[in-house]
This record gives sequence, C-alpha cells and structure tokens, in this order.
Amino acid sequence: MDTNPKNPPIDRIDGRQKVTGAAKYFAEFDLPNMAYCVIVGSEIARGTMARIDTKKAAGAPGVLGVFTHENMPPIPGWDAPVGGQADGPPPKPKTEETYRILSSPKILFDGQPIAMVVADTFERATYAASLIKAIYTRQPSKTDLRKYLANGVMPGGAQGADYSRGKPDAYQSAPVQLEANYTIPIEVHNPMELHGILAHWTGEKQLMIYAKTQGVNATQQAMAQAFKIDPKNIQVHTEFMGGGFGMGLRTWPQETAVVAIARKIGRPVKLMVHRSQMFTLVGHRPYTVQTIQMGADTNGKLVGLAHAATAETASYEDFTEATVNMTKFMYACPNVSTRYRIVRLDRGVPIWMRGPGEATGAFALESAMDEMAHKLGLDPIEFRLRNYTETDPEHNRPYSSKHLKEAYQKGAEAIGWSNRKSQPGSSREGDWLIGYGMSTGTFNAFRWQANARALLKADGSLTVQSAVTDIGPGTGTALTMIAHNVLGVPIDRIKVEYGDTSLPNAPTQGGSAIVSAVGSAVFDVCTAIKKELIELAVQSAGPLAGQKPEALTLADGLLSVETDPSKKVAVAELMRSHNRMVIDKSGESKGGPNLQNYSMYSFSVHFVQVRVNPLTGVVRVSKAVSVADSGRIVSPKTAASQMIGGVTGGIGMALTEEAVIDHRFGRFVNNNLADYHVAVHADVPAIETIFIDKPDPYINPMGAKGMGEIALIGFAGAVANAVFNATGQRVRDLPITPDKLLRTA
Amino acid sequence: MNPFRYTRVTTPKAAIAAVIQEGGTYFLAGGTNLIDLVKREVILPEKLVDITKLPLATIEKTATGIRIGALAKNSAVADHALVQKQFPLLAMALNAGASAQLRNMATVGGNMMQRTRCSYFYDPSMPCNKRSPVQSGPDKGQPNGPAGCGAIGGFNRMHAIFGGSGKCIAVHPSDMCVALAALDARVNVAGPKGERTIPFTDFHRLPGDRPQNDNTLLPGELILSVDLPTNAFAEHSHYLKVRDRASYAFALVSVGVGLKMNENTIQEARLAMGGVAHKPWRLTEVEQFLQGQPATEVTFRQAATLAMKGAKGYGENDFKLTLAPNALIDALKTATKTA
Ligand SMILES: Cc1cc2nc3c(=O)[nH]c(=O)nc-3n(C[C@H](O)[C@H](O)[C@H](O)COP(=O)(O)OP(=O)(O)OC[C@H]3O[C@@H](n4cnc5c(N)ncnc54)[C@H](O)[C@@H]3O)c2cc1C
Ligand code: SF4
Repeated sequence: MDTNPKNPPIDRIDGRQKVTGAAKYFAEFDLPNMAYCVIVGSEIARGTMARIDTKKAAGAPGVLGVFTHENMPPIPGWDAPVGGQADGPPPKPKTEETYRILSSPKILFDGQPIAMVVADTFERATYAASLIKAIYTRQPSKTDLRKYLANGVMPGGAQGADYSRGKPDAYQSAPVQLEANYTIPIEVHNPMELHGILAHWTGEKQLMIYAKTQGVNATQQAMAQAFKIDPKNIQVHTEFMGGGFGMGLRTWPQETAVVAIARKIGRPVKLMVHRSQMFTLVGHRPYTVQTIQMGADTNGKLVGLAHAATAETASYEDFTEATVNMTKFMYACPNVSTRYRIVRLDRGVPIWMRGPGEATGAFALESAMDEMAHKLGLDPIEFRLRNYTETDPEHNRPYSSKHLKEAYQKGAEAIGWSNRKSQPGSSREGDWLIGYGMSTGTFNAFRWQANARALLKADGSLTVQSAVTDIGPGTGTALTMIAHNVLGVPIDRIKVEYGDTSLPNAPTQGGSAIVSAVGSAVFDVCTAIKKELIELAVQSAGPLAGQKPEALTLADGLLSVETDPSKKVAVAELMRSHNRMVIDKSGESKGGPNLQNYSMYSFSVHFVQVRVNPLTGVVRVSKAVSVADSGRIVSPKTAASQMIGGVTGGIGMALTEEAVIDHRFGRFVNNNLADYHVAVHADVPAIETIFIDKPDPYINPMGAKGMGEIALIGFAGAVANAVFNATGQRVRDLPITPDKLLRTA
Repeated sequence: MNPFRYTRVTTPKAAIAAVIQEGGTYFLAGGTNLIDLVKREVILPEKLVDITKLPLATIEKTATGIRIGALAKNSAVADHALVQKQFPLLAMALNAGASAQLRNMATVGGNMMQRTRCSYFYDPSMPCNKRSPVQSGPDKGQPNGPAGCGAIGGFNRMHAIFGGSGKCIAVHPSDMCVALAALDARVNVAGPKGERTIPFTDFHRLPGDRPQNDNTLLPGELILSVDLPTNAFAEHSHYLKVRDRASYAFALVSVGVGLKMNENTIQEARLAMGGVAHKPWRLTEVEQFLQGQPATEVTFRQAATLAMKGAKGYGENDFKLTLAPNALIDALKTATKTA
C-alpha cells in the first residue's frame, strides 16, 4: 500500500461496528408481528406445472399464506418491466417470453419460484415449503451455451452494435497470426450475506423496506413503479451489506412479490433465500465463449485484431455487458473489429458480477496478447509497450489520464519480473514449476450525478449525508476523507450517514463510480461550507478581515492565512460570533463537458507468480502484485482492501469458481458453498498493492477514479499467462483446475 | 426437514436399544453430516438418538498400539501427542479434511459413517440409487426421489475409477479413513447381538447391487472405537490430498503412504487412496511389489502402473486415470524423502 502524506491511511470508519456485530444487516431487523417467507423453486428448467398441491402446506402449523400463480396478489405496475438498475430501468424485453413471478404455470428456468410460503416463524415457513408438491410436464431445456452458439442474436443498444475500424480482416494478412477461443463458465456472486428483503406497509400507501440492495433509491423507484405509489412514501434502508459484487444491482422479482404479499397478509414479511437459491434467483456472470483473432508484424506491432463474444441470457430478458469493449481502445491497432451476441436459453437472467463483462473480455484479450508475445519471441510487457497508445483509438480523443507505463514498470519491479524465464517450463523449485504472468485491466471511469448534504456545527463536528449504500468497499471512509481534506475537520469529528432514502439521492453502488459521483457531491457541499466560512471571516471584523479568500487555508478547525499562519481564527469561534450554530449545505453534483472531451478509464496491471505441480496439475498463486492507475487515491487503506478483495475474486475466477449445470436436466449440481469453490485463505498469498496515485485532472474535483472493478479485471489472464510460463500449457477455459492441466499434458 | 423425535442416551446399550426399536432412527454424533442430510431431506428420520454423552471420546495407549474412541473429535485425534508421534499419517489425513470448525465438531465414528458427496445423492429431485434404492425394505432403505444413477452419464468429475458398478459410482469422501485403511485399523462395534471387531478394510464396501449400503455395519450396531496397531512407518509417512482449492475441498484423489525404510530400500509399505472408490482403496498388491525395492522414480512409476490395474473412467473423471498414478508417485517421493 502506497501512502500519500495528504491522505493518511485511516481505518475503516465502520470497522469496529462490523467486527463487533453492531452493524445491522437487513435480515437483522425484526419488526413486531413479522412473518417469514420461503420460496419454493421449480425442479425443472423448462415446461409447465400440471398441478401444484399446496393443501398440506396451507394446513401446516403457523402458516399465514401460500402463494402460487393461482392466488398471487396483483402488482399494479407489473406490466412495466420491474427495473431499477444502476443506469435506469432495463430496456423493454424484445424477447417473445416474459417472466412475471408467480403469474403462470409456465417454467422458464431452474429454480423459478413456483410458490411463496409465509408463516409466523422461519422454521415453520421452511417446513411448510417442503410440503409443496408440484407435478410438471417437462419439455427439453436448452441450457448449454456451447450447443446453441449458432442461435446468437445481436442485442439492441450501443453495447450490441458491431464495431470496426480499418480493414476488418487485416489480421489474416499479418506475418504472425493467432486465433484462439476462450471460455468463461457461469460464476455466481455468492456473497456471504444471503439475498432477501423485509417489507413493511406502514400505511395504505406507505412502505418501509429493509433490503439487500446496492441502490436504495433504485429499489425505491422500482417499488414505486410496481405499486404505483409516490416514491416519497417509500423508505428503503440498506446501511450495511454483506457483499454484493453486482447481485444487488437490480430489484429482483421476488422482492416485489414479498412487498405484495406483505400488503395482502397485513404483516411485515421477511424473505431470506436459501444458499442454493443464490444460484438461480439473483443472477450470475454469464457463460461466455470468445474468439480472438490477432495479427502482428515481425516487429511486434499489431496489424489486426478481432474479438467476438457470445454469452448466455434468459429466454425472457436480454442481458448484455461490455465484454468486447476493451479490445476497441486498449492497444494502438489500426484494424479492429468486435462482435457481441447473446443466446436466449432456459436460464435465469444474468447480472453484472464484479469487473463484469470487462473481466470476461480481458481474460481473452490479455491471454491472446500473451500468446502472441510468445509467438513473436517478445517479453509480454515489451509487446504491450510496442502497441501502447496515448490517445483512445476508438473515440479519437485523449485519455483524461493514463500512467500505465509507470504501472507496468512498478509492478514488474515488485514481482521480480527479471526472474521470469522466457522459455516456458524452464524454472523449477524442487518438484514445482515456477511461472510469471501479467495482464492489463481497464474499466470506464464514470462520473454520475449524485446529491449530498453536509452540516458543519459550531461545536466543530461535521455530518455528511448521502443515500448511497456502502456494500463494503469503504465508501463511508472515502467520503470521510474527502470531507476531511476540504474542511480540515478531524476524522473523529466527522460522521457519515448513508444507506437510506431519507438522505439525499445517490446512484446505485456499482460501476466503480461511487467515489467519483458521491465523493464529488460531498466535495462540492463541503467546498460550499468552506466558501461561506471564508466569506464570514474576510467580510467581518477580526484577524482575517479584508484578506483575499484565495489566500486562506482551512485545517484542524482553524482558518488562517497560508503565508502568515499567525493570522488565524478558529472556525468554531467564527461561527459562534456570527451566531451560526450550523452551516448546512446540500446540492447536486455532476460532470461537465470534460466527460465528452476525454476518454476516462481506470487502469490496472496484475502480476503473479504461480507454482504448478506437474504431476498433480495443482496451481498455486504464490505472489500477486496489483498496480492501480485510478487517479488520486482518496482513502489508501480501504482502497488497498478493495484491491485485495478484487484479487481474491480474481484467484477464484482463475482457479476455482464454476457453477456446473447438468444439461440433461438444465439444473445446477454444485449449488452450495462446499462444491462451488470460492478462494479460501489458503489460496490467497500476501497481495501487494501499488497505487500510481496521480490525480486525473478532468474527471472530478478530487481527481479520483474508481477501482472496484479494475482490481479484478485482467487478474485471471495474468494467472493463465503465468501457468503457461510455468508449464508451456495454455488453458483457455476457466477455471484452471488440476484436471485441465492433466488433460492437456 | 420432516418432524422427528429426539432422545439423548448415556450408555451404549441404551443407544443400541433405541435404534432397534424402530426403523428410521439414526445416531447423532457431531451432526456435521447428518444434520445437513436431514435439512436437505436426503434422510427423513423418525428419530435421532443423541450419542454425544456416551463415554466414548477417549484416546488411549494400549498394549498393541492405540485405541481411539468413536466420539473423539477429529481435531482432538489430530492434535493428540501419541497420534502425531506414532501415526503422523492419521494426523495429516485428519488435518487435510474439512475445516477447523468442522473438525472440532466431527467425530471418528461420524467420519467413518459420513455419506458420499455425490451431488445427485444430495438432491432428492435428482435420480440416485443410493438415496432411492430399487430394492427397498425395512433394512434396505426407503425410496426417496427418483431411482437411477445421475452421475453415470452426468457430472461425475468427483467419482470413482475403481470398483464402481452399473448402479453407483460414488466415492467415500473421507480423508481420515484413507489413513485408517492404510494403517490396518480395526473397528470395534457393539450391536443387538453383542460386540465384534471388523478389519477396517472390510468396514466400507463396494456398491454392487446395493449402493444404499455404504458399509458392513448391521442395523442397530454402534461404533465404539478404532484400534491401530503399532507400526514402524512414522518416519516415512505422507498424506497427499489433491483438491480444487488449497483447503476446505474434498479430494479429487488422495494418497496415504506409510513406509519402513532401510537406507534407500523400502522394507515395508502401506498404501491407500481416497477419492477413487466407494471405499478407501487399499493397494495391497502394490505394497507387496514395493517390498525390497529401491526408492527410485522408476520403482514409483512401476508401482503407479500396478496401482491402476482395473481403473475405469466415466467421462468427466477420466483425468483421475492420470491424476491417481501421478499422485501416488508424488506421495511416494515425499514419503521416501522424509528423514
Ligand atoms: C462442508 C464440509 C466439508 C467437509 N470436508 C471434508 C473433507 O475434506 N474430508 C473429510 O474427510 N470429511 C469432510 N467433511 C465431512 C466430515 O468429516 C463429516 O461430516 C464428519 O466427519 C462427520 O462426523 P459427525 O460426528 O459430525 O457425524 P454425524 O453427522 O453426527 O453423523 C454422520 C453419520 O454417522 C453416524 N454415526 C455417528 N457416530 C456413529 C457411531 N459411533 N456409530 C455408528 N454410527 C455413527 C450417524 O448416524 C450418521 O449417519 C466435510 C463436511 C462438510 C460439511
Ligand atoms: S453415483 Fe451413486 S450416489 Fe451418485 S447418483 Fe449414482 S447412485 Fe447416487
């Protein structure tokens, strides 16, 4: 972790609450008279329910209601898509089918809710749910993307459009060529905290919701739409979230259903799903097959590059992500084309998972870059440098900031890149093969619109407010640092309130955009307070009377002349003398024309050392260094944690994570945490994080860009490249489990 | 989970009596496997008999070796000084299993009796002959979900390469049992007809036509303890577990090795594999072959080839046909190097 004297690494402000259990997650809220809901999922992936027998369940002890398509209470706004995603409601499905929870006996995917059982305790609801028996008429299900690649359709929207510059097939005439396919399996977010909601109708048109959502305002909007009530009458609370990774980026149908059921039975209702339902009801990283075609000249310059991706989606909704985007702007290549298709399968709809499509795409592109470097006999870093670009070749405009060369160099030094042997399979330690690999990652740096409020009190304390949810990255800590840097209020006198719709509107926590968006809003309102303090000081009698506002600085509760610190006034005193017990500023913040004039991206470089046992095919990541070029680092300690978390996810993506479907049934066979392998401590070495920490001059007043996604994007490629360096075996299908190395041996 | 009754007993006699009174009764030890199975409705018990208060948790030195009580916790056994000194293979195998939390709950008897982790077995809506035997009856189990074997022709990456049948290709998932099989353990049990001792290698069985029976324990029988004879393998022991992540995953293949060496010559060998069969897979023939052989890579390769006699892949687990012999070589290398 780098440190910058201006930004000392402070502890996570909510750390103590979290480790002592004082932090309250949605499921820990209990309300008087509360009932519990349990979902029964379909046991087939495609067909219809011929019959569903709910009699026994309805008669079981404590049961308050059993809801199926036969008696589901209506949801007035149901005809509109139930949206509320990070970037607005989803496009209206162009698909032939629609999915409305508990609205028909038709089954469109494995685990689709067929009944929701409500009882006075969780245990009784669970028991009653087990008594529900459905008889199905099964139809053949399509779940294997590899079998239906030919059914790919071009999705609507900018994401779906084919892209090309220069000559599309130029790679074919290059002296050195490469064509390779890469596969990413289904990955499931699997945060520790299970998905759910607690819905409480506090009045006929008044609703209180405790949810597991990455965006309280988005959930508020979705519920307002679904129940046709004024959003002002809906309060959504998500102060803490036990991991999201993208699964909370939309309001899921079962959440809306719980709200409807709560109204019907007239009691607060809590839903918390079963771990196996985390695989079917809250999205996943879609199975994606990619092809890279690459041509280079003998000097190591890229001549042509084509990237095609085909991903799964549901039969009832088109999900898209930016899988092929990186290829368009990462390297200085004159001839580039990309193509993105989706295949509608009998599957629940995917959702963004950390790093989303960019992580999928980076695995293919950065593996191919490594393969090509090897063909050319070039060091992988050197090959990237030969194709380095200072301007964005996709949009023909400058990057707002890019210090990737420095990142390559710093990362290479830290991992000991000079120890890498260019000949694969030539480095050993005892019986283990050693390899080094690297990869680049990049993700859009956004600046969304956000609101904030700040209240400075004469007692010297500051309160900062925004509705944003902190899903774990340390948003609250970052906002504290931003406020501290503007107003000089000591860290322990700053209180950040967040995660509730009663606070100023904020975007959904996602897209690595929150420090930029909400941070800017906090910066702005704190700057407004500072301006007012300075005005008070210079316009009235006192030590600073008549000073130029620009000449003053604010630190540790003192306003003083920068060049003559003896001229000063305590902020508290200043406020009291003007009888201002509080200065209260709120406002909206958004980016200006620079957002159009510059291409804004965060960049990362990942370096790994792996050890591979040639006999057993076991791969261990033995060293990891990740370098982030994401502008000014606002909160170094939580930023480092953010990187460590991303890399841990990257190790899972590279080596262990895969949700497996038995395509004969169209159903998952490893839908639990014993069989779906997230990386455990023993898989994760000490991770070194390095920050370039140079402000981006254009994106926002802090110069900070996001880093949640780049922590993961590219990491899996670095591991695959290191495995190749260690063994000479190229694994193009994630995860790299022992069987794959033994199979290609 | 279906409603069931629960009783706690304090003597083995009472435990046995409680079980034979009615079908569908199960002993409850650490509960780390049984409770999962009940929650998933793989098992629909009538009654659970809590045996955790039985005086069967001691680990003691005997004239011929060591006796480990059936209720000794996995962690207590692994941490026991005598076990670490004389039976390091057992300690290594135990520590390779599950997680620290689970090992603190899991008992020796429960570990032996744990069911397979085959995904189809665990999901009552999927076909499985082990969960839903074709021939059912009071002693043979009741059908629960569709019959058939989901794993044959399905997701069988974790499954057996030895001794499978057309009815079932599941593996026994235990690490501890691999070490106990290699080290010639004997199992002391008590039942309605009195006490008896079962050689460990006869305790678990192959699936054949009765995949519902994991082992040869008779209805109502209670495991009392496990005896391990003193051996000369402590210096050259190794447990190698190959798995999908570094900890907290079941074995793809595991190998337990105990050797008695004289300089570079193997005088005596004990070998067993896990993750390859319906029971811990003892390799007696390979042990005999190794006797008197020099500890060289050539020897290990010959041993590995011999070990694979009769191995058969089922598609997704074909890689085990390479992994198993390789793991054996790797484990022998490590065991012979230990000083
Ligand atoms: C997530 C997870 C990961 C795991 N990973 C591993 C692993 O990597 N390696 C490994 O080896 N194991 C692993 N295990 C399994 C673990 O070792 C077993 O669950 C444990 O050993 C069972 O012991 P228990 O005392 O909890 O048994 P229980 O769950 O109480 O009982 C299991 C069975 O044994 C029967 N039983 C118990 N005691 C007796 C007795 N004295 N006589 C007769 N019958 C008896 C019970 O009736 C029941 O049928 C894992 C388990 C879990 C949940
Ligand atoms: S392998 Fe055995 S346990 Fe698994 S599905 Fe087949 S019969 Fe059932």
